[in-house]
Amino acid sequence: MTLETRLRRRRAAGHKLLMPYVTGGVTAGWLDHLRAFADAGADAIEVGLPFSDPTVDGATIQEATHRALARGATTRSVLADLADLAGAAADVPLVASTYYNLVVHAGPQRFCAALRDAGVSGLIVPDLPLDEADELADAAAVASVDLVLLAAPTTPPPRLAQIAQRSRGFVYAVSVMGTTGERTTVADSAEALANRLRDATDRPVLVGFGISTAQHAVHAARSADGVVVGAALMRQVLDGASPYDVGGYLARMRRALDQAAHPTD
Amino acid sequence: MTDVLQRVRAAGMGDPGRTGRFGRYGGGYVPESLVETCRQVAEEFRQAWSDPGFRESLTRLLTVHAGRPTPLTPASRLSTELGIQLLLKREDLTHTGSHKINNALGQALLARRMGRSRLIAETGAGQHGVATATAAALLGLRATVFMGERDIERQALNVFRMQLLGAEVVPVGTGSRTLSDATSQAMRHWVGVTDQAHYCIGSVVGPHPYPWMVRTFQRVIGDEARGQCARELTSAVPDYVVACVGGGSNAAGTFAGFVDTSARLVGVEAAGGAGAAHGRDGVLHGARSRFLQDDGGQIVEAHSIAAGLDYPGVGPEHAHLRDLGRARYEAVSDDEAVAAVIRLARTEGIVAALESAHALAWVIRAAGAGELPPGATVLLTLSGRGDKDVAALKDRSALKEPA
Ligand SMILES: Cc1ncc(COP(=O)(O)O)c(C=O)c1O
Repeated sequence: MTLETRLRRRRAAGHKLLMPYVTGGVTAGWLDHLRAFADAGADAIEVGLPFSDPTVDGATIQEATHRALARGATTRSVLADLADLAGAAADVPLVASTYYNLVVHAGPQRFCAALRDAGVSGLIVPDLPLDEADELADAAAVASVDLVLLAAPTTPPPRLAQIAQRSRGFVYAVSVMGTTGERTTVADSAEALANRLRDATDRPVLVGFGISTAQHAVHAARSADGVVVGAALMRQVLDGASPYDVGGYLARMRRALDQAAHPTD
Repeated sequence: MTDVLQRVRAAGMGDPGRTGRFGRYGGGYVPESLVETCRQVAEEFRQAWSDPGFRESLTRLLTVHAGRPTPLTPASRLSTELGIQLLLKREDLTHTGSHKINNALGQALLARRMGRSRLIAETGAGQHGVATATAAALLGLRATVFMGERDIERQALNVFRMQLLGAEVVPVGTGSRTLSDATSQAMRHWVGVTDQAHYCIGSVVGPHPYPWMVRTFQRVIGDEARGQCARELTSAVPDYVVACVGGGSNAAGTFAGFVDTSARLVGVEAAGGAGAAHGRDGVLHGARSRFLQDDGGQIVEAHSIAAGLDYPGVGPEHAHLRDLGRARYEAVSDDEAVAAVIRLARTEGIVAALESAHALAWVIRAAGAGELPPGATVLLTLSGRGDKDVAALKDRSALKEPA
């Protein structure tokens, strides 16, 4: 089943979608964090394939990336780890995210085949805009990997419609003009963008960048189908929180989203 | 040759079109948040460049402020020693001391035209930072310059010059703490301030339209030199045109004046940062080009005594010229560059920047090896002067015992 089919089903069942992020290889036991995310009710899990020059990331994910690379993590080792997943975690769709250099390095076909073989069903490449995406989109389609495109607050309407149409899996709504990283509030631009996207497409729309608390998640999910949570979780991982603790934080977000969707349950 | 020339005319050193491609290189690999901004910069630049008013303002700034045209100096004593005819294009004599001012003035003028109140820049050797700070002060803009902590240490003079000019210098402590990381940090900052600030990139790197725009602002070097060579040389066009390559802006500007001639074009990189010579196809800082990478596709840190060459890649147009065989790229070690600074100082009374000295070192090596035939005419762009490097040079033992 494709990433998009699974997200659409969850949405149809009345759920707001929750996608936590973890940097592949950030700690020796990083798969335990991933499993904790699955146990906490993640609808999909984003796994960062570390790249030396993460230009779209703020300080936290940069630090996580550099830590993973210093531990010797590679695209190959992270995908090999993922291929070993079992139990509940094996049932949650995995979405790889990385920078385009790693795709060019391997070649788009080989890269996408490796993702598929590791059980990854989606791909996010934040430095690959619509205009440059043809080659990877074709290779991803052949490998049955959904290539997710991103939309930004400044994306003009006709382009937004194109992005929504060409994206697979879901559309990633970047909440603010900025990098990844924790913020104190959800920007107004997030709501405006999510609304514009939902007018343009029936595809799931997830808001990301800066979603840091359960309240943020609920707020952002009012106009969107769900949220992506990255730096707020990675900060805790970097500070040494256990999978149990980080999973607990995500579980509170899950409950808050479910409560907001079904206040009477 | 004619076949190559036709292909270069069709695809290289011209307008790379809306997609910003030089062959398979170039393009715009930026986050969606920057796509609209890059499109605006491209549109504004295209309009500005065809606006005689803009061109006149820029020419005037280059003349009355930057000191253009720069001279073409025959390096007489060194020429005799090497058995060739060496001509130096003197970008070291511009105001602020390097070719970087040509581009900084162009982009600052464009920023003002776009209604921006701030300039953002990255800098390695500090020369682009100084040029940006200067252009900002001149045009009443604020400037924020990102610089690696390692470069801040070794280019203290230029850090102070930027601050004196009113610019804010932001230290970057990630990665190799040099130019590449400063560039990444400047891009991250830019995303959040696109409505007020223009990112003034200092070389022919980055997303479209930067490689094209920066080369266009720098081609004043090559155009002037072409006319000067026509007066100076019986052959009118030199046999070789040589320039150092970090990202490659002084080389691109110089080559642009000669790409349609029979001159052989040579770009000289630092041995520890030879993206064109030893890099692999990749994408970094917004463009597809050639970058130093490991077997897993991670970018490898560059190392050079010349901070301005401490970058793991080259601009996309250089990657394309290399593939076409229109230009060749050679690498020079730190020691060769230091020796070249000293040799030029003692034969011509000119202290070159360590960056430029790489280009000279290749000329010295090639002349010594007989690769440059006796009597060959060589145009070399002296991209900057060496004031900023005196502390680094003082530390080198080579200087203590003159030969
Ligand atoms: C004097 C000088 N030459 C050359 C360079 C390298 O830049 P580019 O390769 O863009 O000409 C620099 C960069 O800082 C420089 O300061």
